This record gives sequence, structure tokens and C-alpha cells, in this order.
Amino acid sequence: MYSPDTPAGLLGIEPLTRAEIQAILDRAREFRPVAETSWRKLDLLKGRMVVNLFFEASTRTRTSFEIAAKRLGADTISITAQGSSVSKGESLVDTLNTLGAMRPDAIIMRHSASGAPHFLQRHLGIPIINAGDGTHEHPTQALLDARTILDHGVRLEGLRIAIIGDIAHSRVARSNVHLLSKFGADIVLCGPASLLPRELKQLAPGVTLTTDINEAIADAGVIMMLRVQLERQHEAAFPAGEYFGSYGLRLEHLHLARPDVIVMHPGPINRGREISSEVADSQRSAILNQVENGIVVRMAVLERVLTGRGNAQAAH
Amino acid sequence: MPKLLIKNGRVIDPASKFDAVADVLLEDGLIAAVGPNLSAAGAEIFDATGLIVAPGFIDMHVHLREPGFEHAETIESGSRAAAAGGFTSVCPMPNTSPVNDNATVTSYIVEKAKRHAIVNVWPIGAITKGSKGEELAAISSMRNAGAVAISDDGQPVMNARMMRRAMELANSHGIPVINHCEDLHLSAGGDMHEGFESVRRGLRGIPGCSEDVMVARDILLAEVTGAHYHVAHISSKHSVEMVQFAKARGLRVTSEVTPHHIALADRDTLPFDSNYKMKPPLRSCGDVDAMIAGVVSGAIDAIATDHAPHPGSEKMQEFEKCPFGILGLETAIGVSLEQLVHPGNIHVVRMVEMFTTGPARILKLNRGTLALRSPADVTIFSMDREWTYDVNKSASRSRNSPFDGKTFRGGPVATIVRGEVVWQAA
Repeated sequence: MYSPDTPAGLLGIEPLTRAEIQAILDRAREFRPVAETSWRKLDLLKGRMVVNLFFEASTRTRTSFEIAAKRLGADTISITAQGSSVSKGESLVDTLNTLGAMRPDAIIMRHSASGAPHFLQRHLGIPIINAGDGTHEHPTQALLDARTILDHGVRLEGLRIAIIGDIAHSRVARSNVHLLSKFGADIVLCGPASLLPRELKQLAPGVTLTTDINEAIADAGVIMMLRVQLERQHEAAFPAGEYFGSYGLRLEHLHLARPDVIVMHPGPINRGREISSEVADSQRSAILNQVENGIVVRMAVLERVLTGRGNAQAAH
Repeated sequence: MPKLLIKNGRVIDPASKFDAVADVLLEDGLIAAVGPNLSAAGAEIFDATGLIVAPGFIDMHVHLREPGFEHAETIESGSRAAAAGGFTSVCPMPNTSPVNDNATVTSYIVEKAKRHAIVNVWPIGAITKGSKGEELAAISSMRNAGAVAISDDGQPVMNARMMRRAMELANSHGIPVINHCEDLHLSAGGDMHEGFESVRRGLRGIPGCSEDVMVARDILLAEVTGAHYHVAHISSKHSVEMVQFAKARGLRVTSEVTPHHIALADRDTLPFDSNYKMKPPLRSCGDVDAMIAGVVSGAIDAIATDHAPHPGSEKMQEFEKCPFGILGLETAIGVSLEQLVHPGNIHVVRMVEMFTTGPARILKLNRGTLALRSPADVTIFSMDREWTYDVNKSASRSRNSPFDGKTFRGGPVATIVRGEVVWQAA
């Protein structure tokens, strides 16, 4: 149903197969020694150029894509919307055509509009890696989240995972749902009713919905908290003062979950809004592991997109 | 004046319940005779063997973009697209710049059409000044200048009291109030139908209830005022049910549906392609089925295209930034045959009715019939001729159609306005 995803690009998790995802996750683990050694660089992407095109503010995603590219020996150019021709009123298509004419090997793109990379991919011959499009998908975030869970020795199959917060506006939630569902996880989406459209249940097999945080956390092996995305809410969908009380994750919640529960958050975290400081800094928090995995997962994605390696593997 | 004799077509005139192979003679811009084996000395002959000969089709809902947005469409280019779609009359909505909210703009459109349009143009005036919903427009003088209805299409009248006043005035002038039904608070920020597909794509939704609550409100107001109320581009199942209910109560309530709302659902769209972005949005499959059922039952009176040209520069953008609306004139007959007639949902006579007597009665136009001495507007179309729509060859100035490249079975063959062939298929 979706238009053919250019095999070379990465627009979302939804069109990927489990085998393709597994190949990226396995390759990411192989890259860990490179990422953990400060002076090491590979030459797998030597002579290749990737453009980091960010139309929306980002610290960790942009930086980790850039580091990932450099670790693989690629040249990178970073462009942000401020100070580029975009701020002079150039259309998205023209900006991308201009960049395309400079023949980069891939464009990593973040945009506030859902589907912006999908729309562009139809008009551009260069692979696009989606670094987050509006409230749609954020594929590399879901990949790094999966890598992080696996690193804790947890199997995805049969895992009960609670994703809590503003689900309606979360591209992280959508990508995670698609990924986790393909691996047979049991996914509970939780948030205020006004931010939890009931159609989410149909998004992928294994999804259930609840507006009760205690129910969501009960027996969960992973709790994934989402940032309250004030910039994407066009109205007050929930009384702001009541959010933390109803949906903020606090220490007292953790005993409802499995004893070895992992708490995750895509960042940036708002302490005291969706997660208490005590939980964010607790032993159960995997937030910094997520950041580390951002680099290796993006290395694997870049390699797959620029050399086709992951594709070939998945085909076997 | 030259005579035109249309030979051997299957003549369908719903107004007189005529449906038989016959000839039609047009003389002095009027229907001069309808019957078998006509002959007329010196008449030009149009061989319509195997074709349907019908009263000129009327599209009661188009956007011609002039004055103000001539880069998207003009009265002339829009009228050529209309002719190429088999339409002999179109009714442009008032959302031009300036808005058609006074007799000067109405007259401008009427005069411009007289000089440049190749089909009849019957303008629709605004309900409120600037379609801002705050103050009533010059309804009486627009009526006198030629406006056939009032509507704030695209900018629904949110204030129920204002709507009530508009209905009272329109009623006293004998014209209908047409409303684009959309509660703007419920639909705010939406880019496509609210449902599974909008959730999946991370796009904000336009819920069906945003249409339904306004249809419900307006039907109640139509009862209070006794006015003729017409629902533009109906798209939601519950709205059709409510129109049906209103008709059963004997209220003067009518409705129109677009070809795209009987043909496409939200899940049929190419994700993030602005050629599928319009208001009301393409809704669920259940809604599409309900539109077809509404055509069958008679809850829906007319097919109208909501032809809404936008130039590529506006449609080649991020989905949420693109304006709403698609072209419709040239594909209306093809889509209607495919969705309604070929599958056996309705008889072709009923389809002709929805393009002719349906809109003519709503707007009280002396059109939509082949009765003797009526204006010689004739649409000739094929039920089975295969053709492929190429939007790059469109007569419109814009190119925003989801039907580009689609092959249709049956479509317009010739368009005749006041006895003259203004368009003919290549």
C-alpha cells in the first residue's frame, strides 16, 4: 500500500521486514568496539558523502548521525534550517533538488511535517534516511531502543512493554510499535484518552490501550516514557497541572513492574513532567545506554543504505 | 443562425422521461425538435450513433479562481475544462479575491464569462462579507446581478444565528443557502479524514462528526426558517442519513456529492500525496458506500465536482502545508460511470438526472432539459469508449488530479452550448 520505499533509503520501520531489522541490530552490535574506542575509525564509507539536513531542532539525533558517519569514514555536511536557503523561502523540493545536484550519497533528514521525506523520496533520486518526520516515524530511534533492550539480555518476543505519554503526537511510539510488533512483543500504549486515539490498536498486532498508568506498568519488562510534546499539541488536550500526577513515572510505580524492569526515554527528558528525577537517575534507567546505541545503530543504517550490506544479508 | 442535427443517439431527457434512440435538432440556440428520423435542410450533422445525448450537464460547485487567483485558473480556462468534461454550465463559488460578496464582483464574473467563457457561468454569492462569518453579504443585490445561491464555501458559517438570518433572507429571495459543513473547532489543523489512516501516518484528522454536527444544526435551522438548504459535497454517512431524515420530514433540504467521494476512501490514497488532499477529506470505505447508497436512495440530488485548481507550486509541498482541493471537471463523467452505472448501482438515466434536473431544480435554472424551445445545451457522452486521462493535457491551468493516468470506460464526447459545439473529443 505504501509507495515503494526506495530500497536504498530508510523512511520508516513499518515497511521493513523482521529479518531486515534483525540484520541492522546485529550489525550495530558488531560496531560497538569501534564506537567505544575514541580514536578508531573505519573506512567502510570512505569517499562517501552524507548530508545531515535538519529542519527541526535536534541534539542527539543529529550529533549521533554525524559521529556514526565519521566513524565509518564518510564525509558529512550538516545543514540546519536556520541560515540556509530554507529561511529565505525556498520550497522543500527546491532545497532538496539543489542538494541533490551536489550528488551526496544519502540525505539524512528531519522535518516537522509527517511524510516530508516520503513525499521528497518520490521526487528525488538520492536515498533519504528519515531522522524523524512530524508525528509519523522515527525509525533509528526504534532501532536503538530495540538494541538497548536486547543488550539488557531481554528477548523481544513475549516482552511486555509499556509506552506511556503523548502517544498521538509521538513518532517514537509509532516506530517502536511497528518494530516491537514484528518481533512479537506485547505492547501497552498508555496516556490520557485525548492523546490516545483508539485506532492505535489497529496499528500492528499485539497492541493494547489503557488510560491507567498502573495497569500499563503491571508486569512490564520495559517502560518507555515519552516526552510531553508541547510543540506538537495545538491545544490543551490534558490539564497541564494534572499530567505528572496521572502519567508521570515515579519510584512507587516501579514495584508494579517486573523486578528487572528497564526504564527508557528517547530524550530530551523533562524531569518532573513525565518522569521523576529519582527514576531517571535510578539503576533501572537505560537512558544513557540508549544514547550510546544511537551511534552504532546509525552506523549500521548508514552502511546498509550506502553499501546495501544489510539488504544482502537479510535476503539470505 | 446555423442548425445542428444530432443523429441516432440514445436521447435521455429525465425531465420529460424520454429515453429512446432519436434525433435532436438545434436551431437558433434552442431545442427545435426531438424525434425519430428528423431532417433539416442545411443543418450540420453530428452522428451520435452509439452515444448518449443528454441535456447539458451542470456542475453546481466549482472554483474558477477569478478574480484574484488567475495563476490557478481563470473563468476562461475553467470553462474550457468544464466543456472538456461535458459540462455546459458551472457555478463558481465566491471564494475569489475579492470575495464575491457584492453585486460588483458578481457582475464582473457575469460579464467576464459572457466575453470569455465557452459554457454558462452562474455565480454563487457569499453568505457573509468576505466569507468571514461576521456580517451578512449584499444578498439581494447579488441576486439581482445574477447570483443563483449563496454560500461561504470553504469558510463555513460557524455562528448559528448568522446562518439562521442568512436562511431567512435567502428564502425571501427564492435562492438556496449552500453550506460547506465543517465545524472548524472539531476539524482544526486536520489534513485528512480522522481514522486509522490518519493515526498511522501521523497526520491530524478531520473527523466525520465535524461535518455531521453542522449538517444537524443547519437542518434544524432549515425547519425553523422554511428555507431551501443545500449540503455541499456531502461526505459522511451520518450526514446522508440526516438529509434523508430531513427529506422524509418534508423539509426543503438537498445535497450534492463529488465524484471523488464516491470513488476513493482514505486508505486508497498515496500517502502524503497532495493530489489526495481536499475538504471534506476522502473518508472511510463505509462513508464511500453510504454516498453511493445516498445516490441510489435519492438523499443525494446532484453530482458536483468541487473543481478546485491549485498550481504545482502550492501542491508540491509538505502534505500539511498544501492547500485543499483537486481538479474534477474533466473526470466527473468517467468516475460517475465507473462508480455508479457500470457496477449497476444506478441506471444511466439516474446519473444524467444528477447532472441535469438535479442541479437545475436546486438552483432554479432554465436548463437541464431537452424540452422544446429550451436553450440548446447538450452533452453527448459515451458509455463504453475507453480513454485515459492525461492531466498534462488538461484545459485547466492547474494539474492537481488524483485521476491522472487513469483509464476510464466511457466519458464526454461533445459539449454543445446554445446550439454550438464548444468542445469535442479528439
